[in-house]
Amino acid sequence: MSKYAIEVNHVSMLFHLNKERVDNAKEYVIRFLTRKLSYTEFWALKDVSFKVEKGDRVGIMGFNGAGKSTLLKTIAGVLKPTMGDVKVRGVIAPLLELGAGFDMNYSGAENIYLYGATMGYSKSFIKEKYDEIVEFSELGEFINAPMKSYSSGMKTRLGFSIATAVKPDVLILDEVLSVGDAAFKDKSEQRIMDMMADGVTVLYVSHSTDRVRKLCNKALILTKGQVVAFGESDEICDMYTEMVNSK
Amino acid sequence: MAKKVGFKSHTGNFMKYRYLLGELVSKNIKLQYRNSVLGVFWTFLQPLLTMIVLAFVFSNLFGRNSAEVVNYPVYLLSGRLLHQFFVQSTKKAMKSIRSNTSIIKKVYVPKYIYPLSGILSNFVTFLISLLVLVGVMVFYNVIGKNPVAVSWQIIFAVVPVIVLFFLSLGVGMILATLDVFFKDVENLYDIFTLLLFYLTPIVYTIDRLGFAEGSWQAMILKLNPMYGIIDMFRAAIIHSTEFMTYFSVNDLIYCSAFALICCAIGFLAFYKKQDKFILHI
Repeated sequence: MSKYAIEVNHVSMLFHLNKERVDNAKEYVIRFLTRKLSYTEFWALKDVSFKVEKGDRVGIMGFNGAGKSTLLKTIAGVLKPTMGDVKVRGVIAPLLELGAGFDMNYSGAENIYLYGATMGYSKSFIKEKYDEIVEFSELGEFINAPMKSYSSGMKTRLGFSIATAVKPDVLILDEVLSVGDAAFKDKSEQRIMDMMADGVTVLYVSHSTDRVRKLCNKALILTKGQVVAFGESDEICDMYTEMVNSK
Repeated sequence: MAKKVGFKSHTGNFMKYRYLLGELVSKNIKLQYRNSVLGVFWTFLQPLLTMIVLAFVFSNLFGRNSAEVVNYPVYLLSGRLLHQFFVQSTKKAMKSIRSNTSIIKKVYVPKYIYPLSGILSNFVTFLISLLVLVGVMVFYNVIGKNPVAVSWQIIFAVVPVIVLFFLSLGVGMILATLDVFFKDVENLYDIFTLLLFYLTPIVYTIDRLGFAEGSWQAMILKLNPMYGIIDMFRAAIIHSTEFMTYFSVNDLIYCSAFALICCAIGFLAFYKKQDKFILHI
């Protein structure tokens, strides 16, 4: 087994930006005939390479539009890179958009199974974790109510509880992730801290150098789709602060 | 993500996500009738009521019972159920990628799970709705008016049903791929299914239209694979006592080949284009 949990090798991601979205045949034919089927090419990621060792906690920093989300999506396997490849060893838990697999007509209980299945868990595994998920989400008797009657806080609480029920090898976190009220926030942070203490590999997207210094041992700066710096978090955070000030 | 993905990892991936497939199929079925008073009974009522309407409208035109038709309501229903399954399952599959955009954009899921679950859930409701056909046949046999004689050869009805499943799967995969790039497909397909309803002998028989067996018009109608599938199904359901005289091996070969070619095109197109889906939805 390799000592690396994540290997990103020369990943480039090309998007075609149409001025207008062509999604119907008429538009397509007209544009094709008049040769206006033009688009601007946009490289969201350019030759990105880095390796993350098992147990490393990497802060990913960069301005808006630097390619942070695109990078995380290629690592999560949602986007396939135009060039290069990504290797991830072990179970990956992306805590990015909690509850993307929920069906509003289903009850919370039914959604636990559906969402778990979407994350690729087996039925027996979800059954085993069911009580723990319900308890952690603090939904109580609402678990059997249809999800369309849930508040957004209830949905994210349930999403968080399901996504973290598994012991992942790689955890992808977004700073802007807000889970419920203050009390639940503390509880969820505690759970993430416990996972970190267990030696899980973490990718953490953040704008705050303070939090990156506190949580991460490594850091990476993305600018216009390229890795500008990758190294010890203190060093990189100093660089990032400088970049922000000089902007 | 290596470039060449072996067969082994494909089946491994399928095994990992087969529980998701089951969850999606049961979700589609459960939610279809949730909050409706009659619930699952609609699976029986819907085809039964349509049969009554169609029988009422077309009985004077095509309704005369003959050696081929035997019992017009049973004739109607046997064609209509198969056509309905084909239309509904392919429509569900067609829209499956777009309607699951939010998941596909955020979590890695093997995408073919969505059209496949659409076909499978409709297949389950179709199998349940076949009970209506049984009910109607029992009804006519009990009252003794235009009874449909039944023999053990009725089990051959399984053959056209299997062919129909693969035809729907293939067409569904093609439509799902197309729909991602051109949303027009949804509108076009609505018109197409209406045309298909009239091009398939559901309410009529080909000779009632005045086309002789072997005429060019009849030949063109028979190019439609639904013709052969429904014809085979009726041979087993309506003519089970003399199944072999009504069953056509040519139908079976033609329709199976058509279904398999559709599956090959559908899966190949889907597989080649699936990484681009996310950029278009």
